[in-house]
Amino acid sequence: MGWFFVTPALIGFLGLNLVPMLLSGYYSLCEYSVLGEPKFIGIGNYVQLFSGADTTFWPSVKATVSYAILAVPCNLAFAFAIALLLNRPMKGRALFRSIFYLPCILPAVASSFVWLLLMNPDFGLLNEILSFCHLPESQWLWGESSVIPSIVFMGIWATGSTQVIFLAGLQNIPSVYYEALEIDGGNILHKFWYVTLPMISSTLFFNLVMGIINALQVFSQAYILTDGGPNNASLFYVYNLWRAAFKYMSMGTACAMSWILFVVVLLLTLFVFRSSKRWVYYEGEG
Amino acid sequence: MKKDRNYYKIKKAISQLLLYVVVCGLATVCLIPLYWMIRSSFMRNTDIYVMDPFIVWPKEMLWSNYIDTVNFMPFLKYTGNTLIILCGSMVGVLLTASLAAYAFARVSWRGRNICFFLILTTMMLPASVTIVPQFMIWKNLKSLDTYVPLILPAFLGGGAFNIFLLRQFFLGIPKDLDEAAYIDGAGHVRVFFQIILPLSKSALIVVGLFTFLNCWNEFFAPLIYLSDQNKYTLALGLLQFRGNYTSKWQLLMAASTIVAAPCILVYLLGQRYLLEGISMTGMKA
Repeated sequence: MGWFFVTPALIGFLGLNLVPMLLSGYYSLCEYSVLGEPKFIGIGNYVQLFSGADTTFWPSVKATVSYAILAVPCNLAFAFAIALLLNRPMKGRALFRSIFYLPCILPAVASSFVWLLLMNPDFGLLNEILSFCHLPESQWLWGESSVIPSIVFMGIWATGSTQVIFLAGLQNIPSVYYEALEIDGGNILHKFWYVTLPMISSTLFFNLVMGIINALQVFSQAYILTDGGPNNASLFYVYNLWRAAFKYMSMGTACAMSWILFVVVLLLTLFVFRSSKRWVYYEGEG
Repeated sequence: MKKDRNYYKIKKAISQLLLYVVVCGLATVCLIPLYWMIRSSFMRNTDIYVMDPFIVWPKEMLWSNYIDTVNFMPFLKYTGNTLIILCGSMVGVLLTASLAAYAFARVSWRGRNICFFLILTTMMLPASVTIVPQFMIWKNLKSLDTYVPLILPAFLGGGAFNIFLLRQFFLGIPKDLDEAAYIDGAGHVRVFFQIILPLSKSALIVVGLFTFLNCWNEFFAPLIYLSDQNKYTLALGLLQFRGNYTSKWQLLMAASTIVAAPCILVYLLGQRYLLEGISMTGMKA
């Protein structure tokens, strides 16, 4: 009877995930344009990518890694800070929580267009604010060195779901721990360091894993706003993959790229999982 | 002693005030892009380029921008197309995700745990890994440029996240209810439809809301699978503004406002359920 209920989901698992993954592995070893049949060529696609014969591969890795290194800590820190603020007893908390989550539900295309206007170097609001404060103006999305921080900035704006998860974690911390520390004379920093951080570590761990996976897959900003530019500075990995597959029709190369991404995500996740034993505290483990 | 108490009272009031100032400030910053979008959608294009004097809100609201936008893009048609995909996906997700969740929460069968684990692992799987072969499969099934690749996957489990969310909810429903029904001779199908589903309205609302937002905002899959402009969804139609119309900011912002408005409305109506849903599972879509 269980099998009957779960059949659609299993067909989905096989047809939409497992079979495509295996097919992708096979295609990655083939020369394959959409029109022809896949022709087996061994590891040729991988050699071409790693050797730099495909000149976009390493720039795309560089863009994605620099994005992830900046975005993951920024997003986590900002979302955690908001959650800590919202965890204080205050009126209108639900309202503020809804406001902070709002950017997450807006269509990516629409919000990207708004940022395009806000970040315009000539008449955008952000440069206007900078010049009002007598700060140097930025080229934002149009500058080679400022494009990635700009996209990170847009991302921080939309960290609502991470905030909500942090807040839920914070609200699960029993208040007796804080009270006990208060009796022992602990101050607010002690509370944060000895109660909040250990108790939130499993939530932090979850958000970290999802944050890394999501950061490595950054795509829509490059597609909607920058086309990978200027000068390949925002040529993100998945954008490059999409371009290889659906613009240049080299499905074999694209599949090789997707398998590399898959292995990297897998290894990173395993690494974080292993390291988590040292810093994640689960209640009831003594 | 009395002085001491006053001191604490004042200190507490000040810290509370500071908290409000910081949170209100951040909330304002958070809303600026939205406000800027709506403000600019009512302005003359030339005024958008002018920053001095600063225009907080246009003196004269140009509703004609919206008329021009609607003339540029067949909004009604695109809305209809989006709604077709949306309704199909909604039925598919709600039905098959809850069926699978029921099997994982209430039926005991061999291989249940391993199946559940496998389905959960797909949440970690980057979508870009499977997109090329999926495309080739739909191509071989002659389904390109139809809505089949956009709707049918919803009928195949409705996504690991939704299955997980519903399973967590079903686990919280007291088992006595089903057991009473079994004694009365009901089978799994009846228990599912007549006991579990009616008791899970709030979880189903959460899944429905996520499905709505995902379908409405999704542009990657429609971009890959649809080539006939008449079949475009709203998000994909909005994307057409890029390039040709980036100099006509007032139209771009009006179009963005039109596409974003239903999302905001649905969010305002359902945000309580939505945020509780994320908190409950500790996950996000």
